[in-house]
Amino acid sequence: MTHDVFILAEHLKGKVSDISFEMTGKGRQLAAALGGKAVAVVLGRGVKSLAESLGADSVLYVDDPALAEFNPQAYGRVLAALIKDRAPRLVMVGNTSMGMDLAAALSVTTGLPLMAYVNGLAAEGGALVATSQIYGGKIQAEAVPGGEACIVSCLAGAFPADAGRVGAGLAPALEQIASPVPLADLQVKFVRMIEPQGGDVDITQQPILVSIGRGIGGQENIELAQELAEALGTAVSASRPVTDAGWLPKTRQVGKSGLTVKPQIYLAFGISGAPEHLEGMRGAEMIIAVNTDPKAPIFDVAHYGATCDMLDLLPALTEKIKG
Amino acid sequence: MNIVVPIKQIPNLTDELEINGEGTNLDHDALQYVLNEFDEHAIEEAVLAKEAAGGTVTVIGVDTTGELDGALHAALAKGADKAAKITGDFPRGTDSHTQAKLLADAIKGLSPDLVLTGVQAADDRDGQIGPMIATHLGLPYVGVVTGVAVKDGKAMVHKEYAGGLMGEFEVSLPMVVGVQAAHQPPRYAPVSKVRQIAKTAKIDEIAGGEAAGAGSAVRRMFKPQSAGHAEMWEGGPEEVAEKIAALIKEKGLLKG
Repeated sequence: MTHDVFILAEHLKGKVSDISFEMTGKGRQLAAALGGKAVAVVLGRGVKSLAESLGADSVLYVDDPALAEFNPQAYGRVLAALIKDRAPRLVMVGNTSMGMDLAAALSVTTGLPLMAYVNGLAAEGGALVATSQIYGGKIQAEAVPGGEACIVSCLAGAFPADAGRVGAGLAPALEQIASPVPLADLQVKFVRMIEPQGGDVDITQQPILVSIGRGIGGQENIELAQELAEALGTAVSASRPVTDAGWLPKTRQVGKSGLTVKPQIYLAFGISGAPEHLEGMRGAEMIIAVNTDPKAPIFDVAHYGATCDMLDLLPALTEKIKG
Repeated sequence: MNIVVPIKQIPNLTDELEINGEGTNLDHDALQYVLNEFDEHAIEEAVLAKEAAGGTVTVIGVDTTGELDGALHAALAKGADKAAKITGDFPRGTDSHTQAKLLADAIKGLSPDLVLTGVQAADDRDGQIGPMIATHLGLPYVGVVTGVAVKDGKAMVHKEYAGGLMGEFEVSLPMVVGVQAAHQPPRYAPVSKVRQIAKTAKIDEIAGGEAAGAGSAVRRMFKPQSAGHAEMWEGGPEEVAEKIAALIKEKGLLKG
């Protein structure tokens, strides 16, 4: 085993995702503490320029047509082979749509322990300690791997991205290799990308948002939020349960698998504040949260809060705005 | 088509979560358990797939609570055909690696065409069970999926990325899918129907083998210290509305 830190750099539509820079910055710090190198790993087709943007000690990129688009089976095979071949001390994967397909599978293939939902990572006297955010953000669990080597899947936003961008005085060594495993016989085939439906209001461009969650209760109450949004000249956005239920279109979803919004005022009504939702709105200038549960995590990020019933509040507020 | 849905029970997150005396785990005995909400979606997607293409749905879980029957009866009431539970010395909070191995061993004997499970669970500290089950079975896996359509031995799946972008994949069956959301909201089973089923349903019992173990040990569990907290307003809807309206006005965001 080496003391290197492998960072799987994700990219989508020709762009390196922020999580990759976040993990690269952290990975470099850990590699230095462990006495190894931070090695960013990029899988794709024609990805040299992406590889050059990563502020790691070195970047290993695998160029293959079968890796042109994310493919869990192809990525999984290549990564498993690289881990077995190069025996890194730590493998960092994003706890993202892509990383969640890979990390747990790699843990079984390689026999390395996995610690998931990681938002804290340290090398204490040469030993790795990972902190996982679990139970909907209500609990932190600090854990140590059974052996020396392990895999972690990191939450978006846990580490600063700028530390992982290539900068002055850092010229990562690039290494290009062919796929170490055959990729011709995949059962999983990428077909196409489906862009979000256009034509709806762009919730990322609104100075104020009326955002609703499970607390809205049912489709029949959506109207109450619509009326307030109309009075404010804006749109209704929502957390995942509302769009999953089909009460609002997907284009209105704020959070990890939806959109990231930064309005001047974000009204969070009946939203508990799951980590996946917070990821998409914590950058708002002012957050006002209303939820009947005084312990809802949304109040930890909100500036102002109240515990009254949102269904009474909505019409009352609409009245006041209309004047 | 033979569809299998592995499920997991997790603590009810609306309850206060207490940490045990050693500070290394939850005080599981004090908690209510519910079905992982993503598994609710996996059950719905399985029943929808059965309705579209025919077949049977088998729901299976590791009985870590001694109360798995209730979740299995509810799944049967929603349209699943068979139910099975894996028994043994697997306490509440049993790690994902152990549950995935037990489930994979049991599922192997069921020769599934399609395995649908929740993409994640709130207690997956050592990872999600879907990709682990797939790896143990040697099957392909695609997760964060919001729709599965099966035709001619292949599944078309839609995988979500950030910002509403989706990738479409064609996968040869058998495969394992990590369901983010069913393509329609999970159906509701009336309590009376669940009770009726509980009286007659047969749940297969499978004796589980060894615990695989998470491969890592929690040395400290704690509640996060939030960096800040909202300034809380007392009062009813009228007073709160008044305060919100004043802030909106202050920011110059009133229309007209």
